Order: sequence, then structure tokens, then C-alpha cells
Amino acid sequence: MSDAATNIVDLASVRDAGPPKLEVRDLVKTRRSTTGTDVTAVDHVSFQVREGEFVCLLGPSGSGKTSILNILAGLERPTSGSALLDGTPITAPGPDRAVLFQEPALFPWLSVSGNVELALKLIDVPADQRRERANAWLTNVGLERFADVQPHELSAGMRQRAALARALACEPDVLLGDEPFGALDAQARELLQDEVQRVWVERDGRTTFVFVTHNVREAALLADRVLVLSAAPGKLIEEVRINAPRPRQLDDVLVARVVSEVHELLMREVDKGANR
Amino acid sequence: MKRIWDEIGPPVFGIVVLIAVWAIVAALTDTRGVPSPAEVWSAFLTGMRDGTIPEATVKTLLRLLFAFACSIAIGVAIGVGMALNEFARRSIRPLIVALQITPFVAWLPLAVIWFGASERAVVFVTIVGAFPSVTLATMSAIRQVPPILTRAGRTMGADGWGLYRDVILPAAMPGFVAGLQQAWGFAWKALMAAELIITAVGASGLGHLLAEEQSNVPELLAVLGVIVVIGVAVDYLLFHRLDRRIRKRRGLLVEG
Repeated sequence: MSDAATNIVDLASVRDAGPPKLEVRDLVKTRRSTTGTDVTAVDHVSFQVREGEFVCLLGPSGSGKTSILNILAGLERPTSGSALLDGTPITAPGPDRAVLFQEPALFPWLSVSGNVELALKLIDVPADQRRERANAWLTNVGLERFADVQPHELSAGMRQRAALARALACEPDVLLGDEPFGALDAQARELLQDEVQRVWVERDGRTTFVFVTHNVREAALLADRVLVLSAAPGKLIEEVRINAPRPRQLDDVLVARVVSEVHELLMREVDKGANR
Repeated sequence: MKRIWDEIGPPVFGIVVLIAVWAIVAALTDTRGVPSPAEVWSAFLTGMRDGTIPEATVKTLLRLLFAFACSIAIGVAIGVGMALNEFARRSIRPLIVALQITPFVAWLPLAVIWFGASERAVVFVTIVGAFPSVTLATMSAIRQVPPILTRAGRTMGADGWGLYRDVILPAAMPGFVAGLQQAWGFAWKALMAAELIITAVGASGLGHLLAEEQSNVPELLAVLGVIVVIGVAVDYLLFHRLDRRIRKRRGLLVEG
């Protein structure tokens, strides 16, 4: 493998053939702070995501990465610019874009299987097929024995896996992750990262993954492409392509090299943010 | 066996002590004012045998069931409206709070003027007593639903009424049931006061029995006992258990 594996490329030069699955055009998001002044969270960000690609938005706190994700999910509206899914502006949330939040956000009154079944009900899967499909997805993430357990009886890592099963059960076009590993301990995090890698490979291009993280190693492990955002206000400052084969390990040479490159870049950004 | 005793032992002990003290006081004082526990028990048995207590109990419970159902319907409708709309919330809330603070007994004279000394007046006072609690509990239970659950539901494709049915209302259940339990207490008190004071011709009910038996202290106490037992039983066996079940299922119950 040559440098092509981890080349850091100019933003404008990356344009893949075919229409993008997701597109963010000149996106600006400002929000009113508690002191009443307008704060720019996302500052003229543009990027495209190919169908089936795994993209990580990486940035320090305050880089607006969660805002971008929420806009893609349809949970927030842009201040200006636009976010498009298959060329159509995103105006509302929908089951074609599943979201993994930092908390599992499982419904506590439903069993693990009930949570997945509700997701299926909401996309009009007939009642007699829900249980079976839910079970298939729970088996996929290794939770088949916990189908009838209440979410609070699971460990944090298992809860997030259940949330992953619930998100994927609808076979969404896009899976959005808002630091879904952020609240897990190191072991659970590693297990879930492997799980996500495996599922992405399994989806084989049918689901596009966009995850937000501030963890360089995580981004390098998971993504085809890492979009690095600056400290507040969030601007796109770098785009890193990772061509390492999967499944990846954190100690793979290529992954390690990307980590060190991006880490340095990010540290400079955090520093800038701190000195401002 | 030990567990059951752990749970019911202390309250049983409290009741035994109360009856013992009562028996001693009754023995030491004029029996007309303070009848002995045995006299009250025999008055209760007489009332059961001649059918006055069972009939009154059934009538009272039917009345209560109807009034409580109305309270829930009204309370849920207004409470959901208040949760949905800020203007509705801010304009209606002070009125509901005022209603809740007003002693329901104060409504009795008005109820009689509006509806006559009738069944309707009794039910009206009971509803006015109970529905503000249901309303406020419904509103705050919905408003306290964690936003993350609503967001999750929306990203799963739930919106409008579906979001309410599948996410918001189930999520609001614990707070709502707590409100029902409180409303039950108010409904029961309001109904007893209304039955005691509004005595329509031919009407029957536990409160009416209290009004009729004003000179017969053992019977008064027997009826009072029935009222207390029903009140506590519904509170404990229905609402307390429901509340525990819901909380346990959601992992909100800290097992002592």
C-alpha cells in the first residue's frame, strides 16, 4: 500500500461519480445563546456523502457537528443553506434516516423486542411479521436471549446494541450516529465499534452511515472518509480518506497513521479554540 | 411468610393499638358518646344484615365510578390541550390551580342551586373535586417526558397522533397514575361531603347514612369505618399497586 491509502486531499478534489445520497450545501446554523447573542455553530459547511459510504464528522466540542447531524436527521432546521437527501431538501425526521443517539433512547415501558417491534410498526410492517423481524435483528447484534427483557435490565453497552438493532430493523437508507459510543466504558465501546463495522460491511452499500465523534481513533477505525471540523464556529477544515480494508483494528498500521495525522490537526484546532 | 409480615405488620400493629386505646377510653367514659369497639362492630353487622350498608356502598361506588370516569375524561382532555399549547397552558393553568385549591365543600350550595338537591349535584361536586388533579398531572406528566424519547420516536417515523399514542402517552404514564391516585383521594372526600349534605329524597349512599344516623353513634362509626376502609383499599390495592407495577417495569423502583 502506498500513500494513496491515507492521502489527505483537498476538499474540492473529492467528487465521486453519481448523485450523492446526502448533500450539505453552504450550511449555516446560528443559535441564540443564554446571554441573548447569536452564536454561529455551523459556518458555511458543504459536503457530500455517497450512497453506502461511512463518513465520520470529527471535531472538538462546539464544532457544530451535532447540529449538522440533527439537521440531516430533520430534527433541526438550517439557518441558511440546505441539507438534501437524494437531492430533496430535508424538512422533517423520517424512518429512512435512523438515528443512534448518545443515550440509547430505548422506550422503558417496552421490552427490548417491543422497542424493535414498535419501530417496525411505525413503518407499517404487518403485526404478524414484527416479532420475527425484531428477533432476526436482535440475533444479529447478539441480543436474542434478551428479547423479552426490559431495557433497564441490560448493561449500557447492550442497551446501545439494542438501539442499533432498533435503528437497523427499518432498513434505513441512512444511519446517523450522534456520538453513540460516547457514554460507554472502554470495553463496551470497543465491542460496539466492532459491531458497527460488521453491520456496515453487512449492509453492503444499502445503508449510508454518518457518525459524529470527537474521538480520532473511532473515526479512523470506522470511516471511509473523515470530515474534520474546526473549533467554534464549525467550518470544514480537512477531509481524510481512509482506504484501509475492513475489519479494521486500532493497531492496524494504516489506521494508526491516520490517527496520528488527524490527531495533530485536531489538537491544533482545540488549541486555537482555547486561545481565542 | 416473613415478607408478608414485614409489609403488613406495622400497620396491623397500629390498628390493634388504636382499637385497644379506644376500648379503654370507651370503658372509662360515658358510653353514649364513645361506644366500645364491640358495639360498633355489632352495629356494622346489623347494617350488613338489614342491607342498609351494602346498598349504600353499592350506590356510592357507582356514583363514584361515574364521577371519576368523567373527571379522567375532562382532566385528560384539558391536560393534553395544556401540554400541547403554551397559550392554553398559561391561560387555563391558573384557573385549574384555583379550582384545586378551593375547598370542594364550597361548591355545595352552588351545586344545589344549579342542579337541585339531586344526584347530579352530588356528581358535579365530586367531579369538580377530582378533575383538577387529573388535569394538572396529565399536563406535567406529558411535559416531563424526556425530549430524547420524543426525538427518538420522531426519527422512527412517529408524528402527530401516532407520536402521542406510541411514545408520549406511554412515557407519561407514571406521572399520570400518580395524579390519578391523588385525584382518587379528592373524589372520595368530595363525594362523602356531597352525600352527607345534599340529601335528595330517596337517595342512598354512605354519606347519606352518616346524615341519617346522626344520633346513633355506633352506626355512625360503623359507616365511617366502611368509608375509611374503601378509601384506603382502593388507594392501596388499585393505585399503589398500579404505580409500583409501572415503575418496576421501567426500572424506576428502588427495591429497599
